[in-house]
Amino acid sequence: MPAPKPRPASGPARAQAPTRARRVLMPLAAVVALLVAWEAVVDLGVVPNFLLPTPVQVVAALAEDAALLASHSLTTLAEAAVGLAAGVALGFVFAVLMDRFEAFYLAFEPLMTISQTIPTIAIAPLLVLWLGYGALPKVVLVVVSTFFPITVSLASGFRSVDPDVVDLMRTMNASRWQVFWYAKLPAAADQFFSGLKISATYAIVGAVIAEWLGGNAGLGVYMTRVRKSFSYDRMFASIIIISVLSLGLMKLVELLQRACMPWKRAERNSNER
Amino acid sequence: MGAGEKNGPPVAAGAQATPALAAEGLTLSWDGEHVIVRDVDVTVAPGEVCCLVGRSGCGKTTILHALAGLTTPVAGHVLLHGEDVTGRPGRVSYMLQKDLLLPSRRIIDNVCLPLVLAGMRGADAREKAAPLFERFGLAGCELKWPSELSGGMRQRAAFLRTYLMGADVTLLDEPFSALDALTRTDVRRWFVGVAAELGLSALVITHDVDEAVSMASRIYVLAGAPAAGEPSHVAGIVPVNRVASESFELTDEYLAAKRQVMALLG
Repeated sequence: MPAPKPRPASGPARAQAPTRARRVLMPLAAVVALLVAWEAVVDLGVVPNFLLPTPVQVVAALAEDAALLASHSLTTLAEAAVGLAAGVALGFVFAVLMDRFEAFYLAFEPLMTISQTIPTIAIAPLLVLWLGYGALPKVVLVVVSTFFPITVSLASGFRSVDPDVVDLMRTMNASRWQVFWYAKLPAAADQFFSGLKISATYAIVGAVIAEWLGGNAGLGVYMTRVRKSFSYDRMFASIIIISVLSLGLMKLVELLQRACMPWKRAERNSNER
Repeated sequence: MGAGEKNGPPVAAGAQATPALAAEGLTLSWDGEHVIVRDVDVTVAPGEVCCLVGRSGCGKTTILHALAGLTTPVAGHVLLHGEDVTGRPGRVSYMLQKDLLLPSRRIIDNVCLPLVLAGMRGADAREKAAPLFERFGLAGCELKWPSELSGGMRQRAAFLRTYLMGADVTLLDEPFSALDALTRTDVRRWFVGVAAELGLSALVITHDVDEAVSMASRIYVLAGAPAAGEPSHVAGIVPVNRVASESFELTDEYLAAKRQVMALLG
C-alpha cells in the first residue's frame, strides 16, 4: 500500500500575523530612516539649504511659531468642522431621499458620479469671488467636497440591506420608518463611516485650499505668507500640522464608529477565531 | 415516551375542523402572464406540521410569499382559521433558510424585534422573551451578538423570533438546510418537539426530501417546470407515519414515505 503523500493541511503555510510591536516598530524605523536621509542630503550639500530645510530646522520653526500655528489651526479646524457637519447633514437628507424615491435615485445617481470628477481646486477661486474673504467660501467648499462621499456611501449602504430582511420585517407589520431604523441604517453604518473618514481629510484640505485663495486667517493664509517670505521651514511646519489635523480627525471618526457600532468588535473577534 | 402521538390530529385534511391555514386554488404568476403555480390547494390543521416539497425552481418560494401575504395571487385565496387574508402580510409567522438576524442587535433584541415592532416597550419585550431562552436552547446567549453564535444557534434564535411573532401559523422556507448534516438532524428533531409542545401549526417548504419526511406528518409534493412553461401543481399528498423512535430516519416508515415522495417528484 503506497503511503499517502504528506500534504500541508491547508495549502501553503499561512503567514503569521505580525505582532503589535512589529506593527509599530517597522513604520517607525522607516520614518526615522527617511528623516536621517533627508537631513544628510541637505547637510552634505546635495540640495542647497535655501531650497530644502532640514528636519531639525522644521521642528525649530514649529516650536518658534507654535502659538501662531495654533491660532491659525483653530480657524481651519472650525471651518472644516462646520463644513463637515453641514456636508454630513445634507448628504444624509439626499441619501434618504434617494432611498425613498426611486425617481430621485435615478435622477441624481449619475450626477453624483460626474460631480465627483470636478476638482475642488477649480471651484475654490469662484467661491472666493462670489462669497468674499470671510469664512463662508471656506465652509461652502468643505460642504461641496464632503457632501458627495457621504451621500454616495450612505445611499449604497441603504441599498445593501438584504431584501429578505425587508420582507421579513413586512411580515412583522413593520412600518417604513421601522425598516429604515432597524435594518437599513445599521446596514449602511459601515460604508457611512468609511465615507466619513474620507470626508474628514477632504474637509481639512478643502478649508486650506479655500484659505489659500484669499482670507485673513487659517493655515492656508499662513502658508501663503511664509511662502512669500521664502520661509520654507515654516511651510513644512504647516504641512505637518495639516497632516496631524487630518489624522486626528480620522482617529476621531474611528472612535465614533467604535462607539456607534459595538457589534463590529464581536464580528472581528469571531472572524479571527 | 410520548409514543407515536405525533401522527398529528387524525387528519381528514380539514374536513370538519376549520384548518389553521388553507390555500384554495392558488394560482400565481410573476408578471401576470407566465403562470408559475396553478390551482394549488394546501391545508394545515391546527397543531399540524405539513411540508410542501418540490424541486428547485418549481415556485416554492413564490407560494410562500403568497401565503405570507407578500404577493397577491392571480386566483385563489389564503385562509387563516377561515378568515380571508389573501395579500395581507403580518398575519402568519415566517422563517427562512437564512436566519436574517440583524447583525447590529444583540440576540435578545433580535428575538424581541416582532414585539418591539408591534409597539411594545423594549424592557417589557425583553422580559417576555427572557424565560423562553432556556426552552429554545439559547440560555446564556441573550446579550451576545449574532456573529458570536454558531449556525444552529442562530437558526434557533431565528425560530424563537418567529415564535414571538405571535401568529400560531408558521411558514418555514428550507429552515435548516443550510446547517451541517449532524446539526441539521438535531435541530429538526428539536423543532418537531418544540412545535408539538407549543401546539404550532406549521408549513415547511423545502426541496430536501429528508427535511420533509423528518419534520412533517403530511407532505404535499409539488411537480412541474414553470421555466419550461409547465406550471407546478400538487402531484400528490404523502402521509408520514411518524413512529416514535430514537432514529426515525432509519425506520421502514421513514423510508416508505421517502420513496413515495421521490416517486411523485419524478
